[in-house]
Amino acid sequence: MVVLAITIVINVLLSPFYFGVDNFINLFWLSNEKIIVVVIMTFVIISGEIDLSVASVMGFSAAVMATVHQTGSFPLVVAILAGLGAGAIAGLLQGWVITRFALPSLVVTLAGLIGFRGAARVILEDESVGDFPAWFDAMGQQTLLGPLPVALVIFFVGLALAWITLERGAFGRKVYVIGNNADVARFSGVAVDSVKLRLFVTSGLVAGLAGILFAARLGSVRGSLAEFFELDIITMVLLGGVSIFGGSGTMFGVALAVFTVLNIRNGLGLANVDGIIQTGVIGVLLIASVLLPNLARRLGQVSARRRATAQAPP
Amino acid sequence: MTSATARRFRRLSPDRVKELILLGIIVGSVVVFGSFVDGYLSGRFFNRVTTSVVIVAILAAAQALVIFSRNIDLSVGSTVGVSAYLTADFLTANTWANPVVAMIIAMAVGAVLGSLNGLLVAYGRVPAIIVTLGTLAIFRTLISLYSGGANVLAGDLPDWVLGFNNLTVLSIAGFDLRLVFVIAVAVVVILQWALRRLRVGRRLYAIGSNPEAARQAGLAAPRLIMVSFVGAGALAGLAGFMFMVRAGTISATAGSGLELESVAAAVVGGVSIFGGSGTMFGAFLGAILIDTLELSLVRVPEVSEFWRDAALGILILLAVILDATLQRRFTRRLTREVRGPDATDQQSSDRSLSSVVGGGPVDE
Repeated sequence: MVVLAITIVINVLLSPFYFGVDNFINLFWLSNEKIIVVVIMTFVIISGEIDLSVASVMGFSAAVMATVHQTGSFPLVVAILAGLGAGAIAGLLQGWVITRFALPSLVVTLAGLIGFRGAARVILEDESVGDFPAWFDAMGQQTLLGPLPVALVIFFVGLALAWITLERGAFGRKVYVIGNNADVARFSGVAVDSVKLRLFVTSGLVAGLAGILFAARLGSVRGSLAEFFELDIITMVLLGGVSIFGGSGTMFGVALAVFTVLNIRNGLGLANVDGIIQTGVIGVLLIASVLLPNLARRLGQVSARRRATAQAPP
Repeated sequence: MTSATARRFRRLSPDRVKELILLGIIVGSVVVFGSFVDGYLSGRFFNRVTTSVVIVAILAAAQALVIFSRNIDLSVGSTVGVSAYLTADFLTANTWANPVVAMIIAMAVGAVLGSLNGLLVAYGRVPAIIVTLGTLAIFRTLISLYSGGANVLAGDLPDWVLGFNNLTVLSIAGFDLRLVFVIAVAVVVILQWALRRLRVGRRLYAIGSNPEAARQAGLAAPRLIMVSFVGAGALAGLAGFMFMVRAGTISATAGSGLELESVAAAVVGGVSIFGGSGTMFGAFLGAILIDTLELSLVRVPEVSEFWRDAALGILILLAVILDATLQRRFTRRLTREVRGPDATDQQSSDRSLSSVVGGGPVDE
């Protein structure tokens, strides 16, 4: 939170236009679709799992949609549904393998990351599919609600729904318990496998949605769509205070982290700092966000011990 | 299978069984491909595979080293890039240097980078996945800043660099034993021996197998973890050297994406992501299997090149499922042997990320 305040201050200093609505929208410009996935990824990580394949599923769903559309025999709406379905199936497949064989999600979704990216390339080969009807491109680029583009509206709505589900709903409580200790959860009667399966399916579906929205904004689809996005997404979730071990974290924290990362990228971008360097800064931030509390705690323990031995009789 | 063979099979450790299965699959796929692809069983193909597998094989060994103690190193790709670039840069300014010097420099660079990882994981108590996710970006940033966008050109490097990849130790009927391959094999053999025989090695496995028990047994976990990351870094540095002699021209994006391949190779090679099991040799075989399949698929005219990654994903999945089922069956058998025929296997069903990611504070 402190970091966010600092970045906002720096940004304001850098540009007097910071508080304008336009710039606010601009902030999200680069990452409209990524952040939608961040919302579902929060759930996944809190439950103690991880989904490395989201970016590849984004590409895969977009590829499916583009190909169905390309055949010309289906209206675009059907193509979009096909893409969404593809995403959901991708999530279902991975979730099923993870729960049925009790395999670590890190490895299964790693296979998914490689596999679905490959599948996207198989479908599209080297081509780029464009030529979508006007309303599709408009959906990606134009605004829907006031000055907010579609993707942003979905993000904020999703964020609100997620917050309610996670911190107020029964489902959310189950997710936390599973993340804390899956065995205890199971013995307490929580249908762990069912919850995890649902999370992965949702992850795939949301990734599919994000992929299609991204395609709408770009106006075309390639096999390499959304490549390497997963690192950014995971970083945003972890930065938001969600423990990689599961069982803790808040939607609010993640929202702050998203805002912070976007601010940093925006600010650095305006200062003409290279994208790679921006990522490096975020990397430092990520490590610091876990390291500093650790160090603080250790220093606290050391001084407490020193105080205790000082008071104890020799 | 007769009971005598079964008994002999059972006496083999799970690791040996996994390695044999891998070897079998490799040989099997070579036979299968050889039967319907022209010119497959040729020296040229053998040479192609042995030289191309070197980088990932060394990285798989590096990754295995870290995974054994229940950690992960996602920064190896960036380490490869940094060491390749810095070594190449050094060579353009110091053309007197010979291969050995270059290798030492590359490994030193890698070791330094690895020590940063080790410090943060072992002493900062930051989970390995977070540290290496961060250093993945940080190392890349550092080399990007250092290079200023400029590439190191192949033409500026000493002459031996470009020919190094083709140096042959032994040649039989067109099947060359390339020097780089020999180096990779030597590295794997040495590491395999070290992990088996030296106390350090066994302790590394112990930490991965059960961190809490290891801690109570007094094993100096931080130091061991530090060693594993420095070692992995040095190996990644060596892989950077291999990258340099292969690529010639080095850009600041060298090595991107290699980290995923290294984890995949290790996993396919039977290294359990939970730590505590698997062998160096297995990881090496995993790398060979993946590379062989990739290069083989390319040669089958019906299969488009774009199937490469999709097939790889399926392969990893199958390997992990196989490994998990084997693991479970062996545990069940062992439990029954130790406790008697009525024993049940009390396995924790907690396969969640927390037991995989590792490096977290044990006293939380």
